[in-house]
Amino acid sequence: MSTKASRSAARLMLAPAVILLLGWMLVPLTMTLIFSFQRYLPLRGGFQGWVGFENYVRFVGSSAFWPAVQSTVIIVGGVLLITVVLGILLAILLDQPMWGQGMVRILVIAPFFVMPTVSGLVWKNMFMDPNNGLLSHLWRFFGADPVIWLSDASMLSIILIVSWQWLPFATLILLTAIQSLDSEQLEAAEMDGAPALSRFRHIILPHLSRAITIVILIQTIFLLAIFAEIFVTTQGSFGTRTLTYLIFQRVLESQNVGLGSAGGIYAVILANIFALFLMRIVGKNLDR
Amino acid sequence: MGQIVLEQVTKSFGDVTVITPLDLTIDDGEFCVFVGPSGCGKSTLLRLIAGLEDVTSGEIRIDGQGVSTIPPAKRGLAMVFQSYALYPHMTVRKNIAFPLRMAGLDRAEQNRRVEKAAEVLNLTDYLDRRPGQLSGGQRQRVAIGRAIVREPAAFLFDEPLSNLDAALRVGMRLEISELHNRLGTTMIYVTHDQVEAMTMADKIVVLRAGHIEQVGSPLELYRAPRNLFVAGFIGSPKMNLIEGAEATKHDAMTIGIRPEHISISADEGRWSGVVGVSEHLGSDTFFHVQDTGLGDTVTVRAEGDVSFKHGDRVYLTPRDDMIHRFDAKGLRIG
Repeated sequence: MSTKASRSAARLMLAPAVILLLGWMLVPLTMTLIFSFQRYLPLRGGFQGWVGFENYVRFVGSSAFWPAVQSTVIIVGGVLLITVVLGILLAILLDQPMWGQGMVRILVIAPFFVMPTVSGLVWKNMFMDPNNGLLSHLWRFFGADPVIWLSDASMLSIILIVSWQWLPFATLILLTAIQSLDSEQLEAAEMDGAPALSRFRHIILPHLSRAITIVILIQTIFLLAIFAEIFVTTQGSFGTRTLTYLIFQRVLESQNVGLGSAGGIYAVILANIFALFLMRIVGKNLDR
Repeated sequence: MGQIVLEQVTKSFGDVTVITPLDLTIDDGEFCVFVGPSGCGKSTLLRLIAGLEDVTSGEIRIDGQGVSTIPPAKRGLAMVFQSYALYPHMTVRKNIAFPLRMAGLDRAEQNRRVEKAAEVLNLTDYLDRRPGQLSGGQRQRVAIGRAIVREPAAFLFDEPLSNLDAALRVGMRLEISELHNRLGTTMIYVTHDQVEAMTMADKIVVLRAGHIEQVGSPLELYRAPRNLFVAGFIGSPKMNLIEGAEATKHDAMTIGIRPEHISISADEGRWSGVVGVSEHLGSDTFFHVQDTGLGDTVTVRAEGDVSFKHGDRVYLTPRDDMIHRFDAKGLRIG
């Protein structure tokens, strides 16, 4: 793209895609913004006047707000911790030469192809059901009382389900990163007298740092919005009401579009703060 | 101390034998170069000595002690890799200090040794940079620095100069030779470049297909190559190998004569031919002479100011005392 003609032609051809993407993003965002300043109750007459920042104040002032932020942070943090740690271990394991490597790699990635709703239901009914679930049978086999997962350990259950879904993603990114490590570096470290654990700490882990930041960045953005897994399991009860779920309840269960929209704007701001913060880290890692 | 002895060492990867039974002694303080075409097993041999690969059979001794079952770090050897294998996230200082840190030396001692190595290698100004900010030659020096701080029994170099440009390569060649003279430590150096082998080595080991073709000092190999392979491999440009009637005159299957041992003249000589390509290096000129009736093109070295044009008829005379004779098996006669 060097001549003036080819540059303007390129702009012209890019335009439809850019306009579509911008529209796709801007229209809902603007509508949310507009609704958030209205008192809008669809089942009670719809638009009932402009209320300024009242929705924003009410959303934060509600007793459900801070617990929702807290559970969001716990779920996102827990899933990140599990997927990154297990992802690194699995990636190292899958990097070892073994029989049937291709098949095993595909199987490991498989959970990522399962839709969130389906995996939530499978976990709820086949694994975590207190009577017939696989886990309760396992507990009983060892003579223990089955755990009533979704109510007694609701947070842990949600974290487990979501981690199971996202572990393949983390593993895949980290595996490709490990494969790009120059084997001579490991050999050099071995010659330098570093035992396996030191090689991991001083060579492999720093090499993976960029991939780890990318995994954290991408996962955080998606995990802030998890919904289906909660919807089909606990329905937001037992302390699993995240910010996303709270917004859903405000809009659909309380039928208060204005209040929900204000919450949506809070979520957008929160996600952007996270993204900005993480981008900084990635940027710093990319400098090397 | 650093005497390295290989006894009947072999190495196979599955069904493929890379090293056939091989005996070799490298004396303490010697600069030994493994040279051979790619795929001849020279790098594998180095990795066997380093301990990065296990020997299939045979024994490797370092200072009389069998090391076949000892892990690489405990063999007291240091290696410089072809890609340098520097740790990209560490500064030069940390890179060089890494083996010392792994050995559990205290920080003051680490610093002392790093500073000393940096001084020897002209790296003092670069200690706080990362490898990514260094040039190829500087990276090479860091890799060497990381090797020397360990004060190893022997250094192993795996084609260390092949990633450098021609000018730097000559410079680093001198620096490594200088380092060897100063430290007096055993060095084993792998290369496919016979010029590096000739210029640096005390002892050259010529390898082909996993076995040793010849071991000797550079001049021994140059003066008396044991077979056709060594004759063709050592020396630049390559030795002219002539078969047929001319060889039979010397009671040999093949005779070899180096380009520098043939004189070229416009008027008279034993063989006649037509000048093809001529390469002017300034100090020397190499003529590739065709149509001599000796089979291949004959390469001749002349003084830099000798000038023949493409297509000129010239006459060549070999020095009789410099003719190498080989039998039907390719082995040297006499």
